[in-house]
Amino acid sequence: MTELLGSYIPIAIFIGIALVIGIALLIAPFAVAYKAPDSEKLSAYECGFNAFDDARMKFDIRFYLVSILFIIFDLEVAFLFPWAVSFHQLGWFGFWSMMAFLFVLTIGFIYEWKKGALEWN
Amino acid sequence: MDAFVSSYVWPAVIMIGQSLLLLVALLLFIAYILLADRKIWAAVQLRRGPNVVGPWGLFQSFADLLKFVFKEPVIPATANKAIFLLAPLVSVTLALATWAVIPLNENWVIANINVGILYVFAISSLEVYGIIMGGWASNSKYPFLGALRSAAQMVSYEVSIGFVIVTVLLTVGSLNLTDIVNAQRDGLGTMIGLPGSFLDWNWLALFPMFVIFFISALAETNRPPFDLPEAESELVAGFMVEYGSTPYMMFMLGEYAAICLMCALTTILFLGGWLPPVDVWFLNWVPGIVWFALKACLVFFMFAMVKAFVPRYRYDQLMRLGWKVFLPLSLAMVVIVAFVLKLTGWGA
Repeated sequence: MTELLGSYIPIAIFIGIALVIGIALLIAPFAVAYKAPDSEKLSAYECGFNAFDDARMKFDIRFYLVSILFIIFDLEVAFLFPWAVSFHQLGWFGFWSMMAFLFVLTIGFIYEWKKGALEWN
Repeated sequence: MDAFVSSYVWPAVIMIGQSLLLLVALLLFIAYILLADRKIWAAVQLRRGPNVVGPWGLFQSFADLLKFVFKEPVIPATANKAIFLLAPLVSVTLALATWAVIPLNENWVIANINVGILYVFAISSLEVYGIIMGGWASNSKYPFLGALRSAAQMVSYEVSIGFVIVTVLLTVGSLNLTDIVNAQRDGLGTMIGLPGSFLDWNWLALFPMFVIFFISALAETNRPPFDLPEAESELVAGFMVEYGSTPYMMFMLGEYAAICLMCALTTILFLGGWLPPVDVWFLNWVPGIVWFALKACLVFFMFAMVKAFVPRYRYDQLMRLGWKVFLPLSLAMVVIVAFVLKLTGWGA
């Protein structure tokens, strides 16, 4: 337990110091820079005219589709990591189990390709 | 009391000192990487690049830092202020956090954890949050569209980076980054009887994966030719449109920290980390950190040259390359590498 903690505490300290540097950079201009806000300066950027409507608008379904596909394949990669590390201890049974899993996933991938989920027009 | 000091206080002081040293060195390195990027780009276009501040413009990045600090910070009236300011902080902190596990030399690492590459993969996945938060909180159309594009692009190429890492793990059999470098002491070169050299490193044995990793790293860090999230001609500056002053600079800092990380990761996974190019006494005598920095700079030089040479991709081409070329190719390579290793018994 202490060994586990011992190897992760340096990471926590490192992130803490990185965070302090980030916060210092973030508040520096608020402390020292000249400020003269007006309503035009604080309005959202929109090529020279006032915004038509709210910017949180509907967006293309494909972005949603890409993130769903990403979750599937990222999970697959997460499954592959422990398999790859213990590859030489696994033997042929472990090898073919993963090949079967990849085969099933490839069928799904071909299906979504044929369905046109990967098209951007 | 003495026991407390010797077992808790001193280790903590040493850890803080090491972290500070690495962060300061890293930020200085990023300052000069930024200058090198501008100088190389200028040289390709037969310009001089920054050359006013200091000799050959060497202090340009520090002048830029001062300029950003004294710029007026503007927060748009319609923005969600807390998230708007949190986004650059998330971006820069996560980009720096990954460096805690990067070994710069044998045993030169802040935290030598046994799941190093998994930690790097996890933290660099989180970096997309800084962009999404920034684009959404700005409450403006261009940042919103830029953030969507950027997020979709980053997650698309992360999948092929994941598969590339898996092939390296297959040959090495460890998630620890130090082990990954040391495993490259033996390889294709020693197999045919040559002494240890650069032929043993993974770039030769896994050459297709090396190419896929490099191109995916360009896309992952939103570098040209894949800088569509900030394509000036259509989206002004992408998710950063509403940002100015140091919050803007922090996004740039996060981006360049991520670029340097990708250079370091390419060095560790494919170019033998701190190992000298040929295993002879006078090259072994050079400290490993020098080799590591040289290799990382070489990879960055390729990043900069690609930026200078290659025209920007169209968005549908970018997504096609990621999903229809790199993903099937890297998946097939995982299977092929696994088969070859299993049949020949190499690396066992």
